[in-house]
Amino acid sequence: MSRYILRRLIAMPFLVLGIVTIAFLITTVTKGDPLTAIVAEQQMSNPEVVAAAKARWGLDRPLPERYMIYLGNLLSGDLGTSFITKRNVGTDILYRLPATLELVFAAMIFGTTLGIVLGVLAAYFRNSLIDHGARLFALFGSSLPVFWSGLGLLFIFSVMLNWLPGPGRVDARLALPPGITGFLTIDSLLAGDWTVFKDALWHLLLPAFVLGWTVSGTISRLVRANMLDVMSREFVLTARAKGASEFRVVIVHALRNTMVPTLTVIGYSFAYLITGAVLTETIFSWPGMGSYAVEAARALDFPAIIGVTIVGGLAFLVTNLITDILYVVANPRVRLS
Amino acid sequence: MSAQISSARSGAVDKAGEQEPLLSIRGLRVGFRRAGDQFEAVRGIDLDVAKGEVVGIVGESGSGKSVGMLAALGLTSKNAVVTGSVRFNGDELVGKSSREMRKIRGARIAMIFQDPLSSLNPVMTVGAQIAEAVRLHQRVTRKQAMARAVELLHLVAIPQPERRVNQYPHEFSGGMRQRAVIAMAVANDPDLLIADEPTTALDVTVQAQILAVLRSLQERLGLGLVLITHDLGVVAGHADRVAVVYSGRVVEQAGVSELFADPRHPYTRGLIASIPNLEESRERLFSIDGSPPALGRLPGGCAFHPRCIYAEARCRTEDPPLHDIGGRFSACHFATTLPPFHSAALAAAELDSGSMAP
Repeated sequence: MSRYILRRLIAMPFLVLGIVTIAFLITTVTKGDPLTAIVAEQQMSNPEVVAAAKARWGLDRPLPERYMIYLGNLLSGDLGTSFITKRNVGTDILYRLPATLELVFAAMIFGTTLGIVLGVLAAYFRNSLIDHGARLFALFGSSLPVFWSGLGLLFIFSVMLNWLPGPGRVDARLALPPGITGFLTIDSLLAGDWTVFKDALWHLLLPAFVLGWTVSGTISRLVRANMLDVMSREFVLTARAKGASEFRVVIVHALRNTMVPTLTVIGYSFAYLITGAVLTETIFSWPGMGSYAVEAARALDFPAIIGVTIVGGLAFLVTNLITDILYVVANPRVRLS
Repeated sequence: MSAQISSARSGAVDKAGEQEPLLSIRGLRVGFRRAGDQFEAVRGIDLDVAKGEVVGIVGESGSGKSVGMLAALGLTSKNAVVTGSVRFNGDELVGKSSREMRKIRGARIAMIFQDPLSSLNPVMTVGAQIAEAVRLHQRVTRKQAMARAVELLHLVAIPQPERRVNQYPHEFSGGMRQRAVIAMAVANDPDLLIADEPTTALDVTVQAQILAVLRSLQERLGLGLVLITHDLGVVAGHADRVAVVYSGRVVEQAGVSELFADPRHPYTRGLIASIPNLEESRERLFSIDGSPPALGRLPGGCAFHPRCIYAEARCRTEDPPLHDIGGRFSACHFATTLPPFHSAALAAAELDSGSMAP
């Protein structure tokens, strides 16, 4: 088992290098001229200003040299300076990433719990009202665009009913606790600040549900299909013949056997949401990675684009690694290979 | 119907010597509802198993022999309708709540299934699965249950049980898995073990070993054993009594030597005649003409009549009940008047030519 994980760990640096290289090269093949992001429009005809800008940002050097410089900086933890914010991209991302992670974690908790529960119930009560209800819920979750469901839920729960706060991560008037983890809910708990904790949690609820809903749709359908398959296997009958309760049969025997494909989807969804929650972050004014990525792309802010791409790639690598490790826990047969 | 039940019961009492048998099934019927359609997979099974007795249930695939036993244990799917009577130690099981049934299943009555590859949970260690069976019915600690699991693996002759107990099913061979399944089944010293085609999925040499394990446990623990099989050889070698099932009904029931020496139902005769015989080289194996009727499309009268060489007009209209013919039972109108049965090989030749028709 340790060798299995070790092999994946050894492969990691090479995969990271691949991601960095591709992210770097993609920006060079785009048609857009990054100078438009740096130099004001009326100065573009001024060759001196343009040359100075090129020299300042290293754009006058040949591509291989720029690549080597970038790699060198990266090794010392420097992701470069954003064309737009003029701050270090790493600093920008470190500010944005926790917000996204907090949202995505919360969404995954919603989505996974809801997805697994609905999937199990739908399979167990196949063709019943519960099954049809779960199917409809999943269908809406995965097919309603987030900007529609997000706005709709905001309108209902925030505007009409006034149960939940509007967009944003926290009430701007509140003094925030010191950032230890970057997760507002956790930091406020650590600081013992209940007001901020409650406010942050209420803000988190709706966007996390909207994101989680999309995920729960996929998971519940997958769990249902796998449960139907597993429930017809003989070991389920054996468990019943032993005198196990239905709950035990379903949860301990059947559900555990559907975990491998489910883990795959959970891992994939998690990694995807880290850079893919753009629409939700936009609608809920969530200061996360998605909105940062959109701003960077719109402005041809190459260092920021590369930075976001690398972080997104790393997110996939890390979640894949964790998923692989969990496979071993979930399925003893993996341990042999 | 009621005459049939009373006669069958009196016969059973003779057999078990005044006391009620361990398991007593009367008029068991299992119907399924599917898309508004209703069909019966089991149309009346009568069966007795005495304490320490081995009863074989023989029939083709789809004859209802497995479904009947599953229904007796309350293991059929939710859309099944089970009627009739299943008495276990004098206790009526049909109509019991699922909670009450769970206390009996795995504790007093255990059941094992055909495919050892899939009847163990692939993500739990073999030991954990046996320990689970123990802990579902006995108040013991996890550790005690695991110790019991080692003991049980030893009992079914699995070498190095201390090591094996922590392995997963995929690390076991097919025969080993079936041994582990048997160990799990006897974990709580049941009174009755129902084995549903326990050797069908195994190699021939392994089959013999598994049957030997089952038999030695049966004798040592004084188990009542129900062997569901389509293999007459297994029945001949191991059962005390045999029930032959055709299209959801018991058509003949007799002691094993009686049954093979003098079958009193044409279907049984056909089955025995179709056993391959090594001494006598025949051009081809005997087989009963036609195929069993599909569920819900039973012919009128005796379900076997379209394939029966002895069938007469009466057989097409009148379904013969299982009736007592002197300490044994047959569901054939001509049970007592069928021509004498010589030997399997001879019978095959005769049945083939059809010359024995009365």
